[in-house]
Amino acid sequence: MPSTTVVKDKNNDIKTNIKGENMKRVLSLSLISLLWGCSPSHTDKLILTGSSTIAPLAVELAYAFEQLHPEVEIDVQMGGSSRGINDVRLGLSDIGMASRELKPEEQDLQAHTVAYDGITIILNSENPVTKITDEQVIAIYTNQINNWSALGGPDQPITVVNKAEGHSTLELFLHYFKIKNTQVIPDAVIGDNQQGIKTVVGNPWAIAYVSIGTAEYESQHKQPIKLLSLGGIEASTATVKTGVFPLSRPLNFVTASTPSGWAKEFIDFSQSVQAHSLIINQYFIPNDAQ
Amino acid sequence: MRSNFWLFNSLKLAAWLSAAILLLILFFLVNESLPLIQRIGLMRFFTDESWHPLSELYWLVPMLLASFYMAVGAVILATPLGVLVAIFGHYYAPEVLAKFYRALLELLSGIPSVVFGLWGMIVIVPWIVQWMPPGASLLAGIKVLTIMILPLVALTTDAALKRIPITYMSAAIAMGLSRWGTIRRISLPVAFPGILSGVVLQSGRALGETMAVLMVSGNVVQIPSSLFQPVRTLTANIALEMSYAMGEHRLALFCSGLLLLCLTIALVLLASYINRNQHA
Amino acid sequence: MLSLTNRRDRLYALFIWAMALIVAAVPLMMLWDLLYQGVPHISLDFLLHDPIDAGRQGGVRSILISTVWILGVCLVVTLPLGLGCALYLNEFVLPRSRSAHWLGLSLDILSGVPSIIFGLFGYTLFAVYLGMGFSIFSGGLSLACMVLPLFIRTAEQALRACPISYRQAAVALNISHQGFIRQILLPSASDGVAVAIILSTGRALAETAVLIFTAGYVTRLPDSMWDSGRSLSVHIYDLAMNVPGGMDNASATAIVLVALIIVMNSSILFLIKRWKNKIQKT
Repeated sequence: MPSTTVVKDKNNDIKTNIKGENMKRVLSLSLISLLWGCSPSHTDKLILTGSSTIAPLAVELAYAFEQLHPEVEIDVQMGGSSRGINDVRLGLSDIGMASRELKPEEQDLQAHTVAYDGITIILNSENPVTKITDEQVIAIYTNQINNWSALGGPDQPITVVNKAEGHSTLELFLHYFKIKNTQVIPDAVIGDNQQGIKTVVGNPWAIAYVSIGTAEYESQHKQPIKLLSLGGIEASTATVKTGVFPLSRPLNFVTASTPSGWAKEFIDFSQSVQAHSLIINQYFIPNDAQ
Repeated sequence: MRSNFWLFNSLKLAAWLSAAILLLILFFLVNESLPLIQRIGLMRFFTDESWHPLSELYWLVPMLLASFYMAVGAVILATPLGVLVAIFGHYYAPEVLAKFYRALLELLSGIPSVVFGLWGMIVIVPWIVQWMPPGASLLAGIKVLTIMILPLVALTTDAALKRIPITYMSAAIAMGLSRWGTIRRISLPVAFPGILSGVVLQSGRALGETMAVLMVSGNVVQIPSSLFQPVRTLTANIALEMSYAMGEHRLALFCSGLLLLCLTIALVLLASYINRNQHA
Repeated sequence: MLSLTNRRDRLYALFIWAMALIVAAVPLMMLWDLLYQGVPHISLDFLLHDPIDAGRQGGVRSILISTVWILGVCLVVTLPLGLGCALYLNEFVLPRSRSAHWLGLSLDILSGVPSIIFGLFGYTLFAVYLGMGFSIFSGGLSLACMVLPLFIRTAEQALRACPISYRQAAVALNISHQGFIRQILLPSASDGVAVAIILSTGRALAETAVLIFTAGYVTRLPDSMWDSGRSLSVHIYDLAMNVPGGMDNASATAIVLVALIIVMNSSILFLIKRWKNKIQKT
């Protein structure tokens, strides 16, 4: 039972003197947990930063690796491919995750390809159009065609969905179709794959391009989208795996120099056969060349 | 009242520390943007022909307008609705319903912007598509922002109404004023500073909101000619491109952040001017 | 207590009831959608296990704990600093003086800084410059910076409501300023301060962009506050926008977040009420 005594202090105020046992317990408990939380940990640490596309995969790889090697902790952070490359150059992280090939000015770094990802054009299932040629894609994206009737579909305006500048998906898309971003006239610009998928799901007359793995997963899970073939080749993780599909990009672990220590072991693990099932689970294609 | 040296100075320290944060952020933004401003000058942001940073074109005007329109739109919608809801809770609803309503609003104020954005993408945008494609538009952004800031406008108004001295209410009853008359002529004017403070905070929030507008407003860099056109706000721009921006592109994004801060400063100064006139 | 006096009054009443119901309907629809999609995936296991398979399976245990820690750091900084600033504004500064004006302005401007800028700023200041790296501390401190204006403004309004008669009585009884604040001002403003804490907690829990850059993305249970830890809001973002097939668990996590908010808000109200009673009993 808290007891109170009324005392007057030097300011002549009424001072309360609560001798609550509960109060003391709460205070000491929170102090202990605060202090416990304050001491730094003592295991080895490996830090990865970079592409948010690769991040979920990296978390899975890291978890599996940690089970095999409990002496190390691997921290995965997002921030984008450019951040990943920048951080590894400045030594702020051990491995950078980049969802693209290294640029010419980045050749001082080393890229270790862990998986591949393809890019496909998607339409809503309600849209009766099933095939679009490369020239038609270019025309749609540069606003020369802006109604589905020009492609044999219904009289509906085409909602063109493009990716934001700087994303490797965009660069690959532009490179394949040989157009510049200044020529593209979009009706919507998206950041992640999921946003692209949800936009097409919500708008039957939209056209977008997203990662093949994601699109495959969603269409298999009853989302009303369909993947279009490119250059006559069907869009699926299978065709990317055989290298036949024309639009694909590598998912790279980037290091500043030849990796050593935990970085080397982790990269080796990620490129090994053991990692294949983890990669497939995230809807990417494992790097079979290893 | 007899004051204490320690009391006064520790509180003063707390106050100036809080103010210092803004200065730090200003310093941070200016520090990051300065190299680019020094190289190309400020006018380029208003006179370049488009926003294509990889081709060194840095026209920020459409995005500035988008941020402004969207925040203004949301505030115009959320303020009357929020005030009405607060009035409802305070003067019209039975105690139990009022408590429930308040709890609902407090709950909403804690829901992440991602959730609002997702709901907007899955429900609001397809609904607009049926009227007028492409759906993701200024209107969608305004709607989602309104839903996000309404709870806090209502809650701060509610708190302001609660503070009205009970003597005012007794006087109103004694004079036989109608309920609505009392509200309009006594409660609202008395509570106005509190309401305005809440509205200013929330318009700041509306200007600074990133995630939700990114998901529903289309993100096309253009000056909108109608509510149904897609727009890109300065905040969405930073979020979209920062992860992949290198070198000057990155600096340009910081410049846009600085510009947004200037817009916020302008709006806050305007609000304080209104408030000052109200009391004069 | 104000009765409806005439027909126009009744009309207004009808209008206001209608508006209130419409306004409530929209968020209720949203919550319903959330519950509909997420509840099938909630179970006790969801709260007791860590995420597996990029979060598509398993639970949110480690994430819940990280969130509470981040919130703890945020509140430990915001409460004293914010309350101190609010008290200063209310007690020592004349309402229309220059200090009040500039301080108020800077707080209002701060509330308009985009969350992503807070993330980048927090990263640069706390993670890099002060060397805290991706950690709960970085996250909590950055959140505190963001939440301070809201807390200070709301608390200030609460303090301002103290009737002047209380102040006059305190002077008459020769109570010190410190005593007045502790025994009279704060208890009388406690309801308003509780609202300030609730709003700030809500805002802090809702933040995503700030935490991605400061507290980070790691799903593992943090060993200490120097470790990186993912918060509920970041987890929801990742599952909904980054991971295919994550929507179900994103909704379930959102429900956990809503439950956390309810628990926190009720606890805050309860604790403040108890404190007020204790002070007023003496």
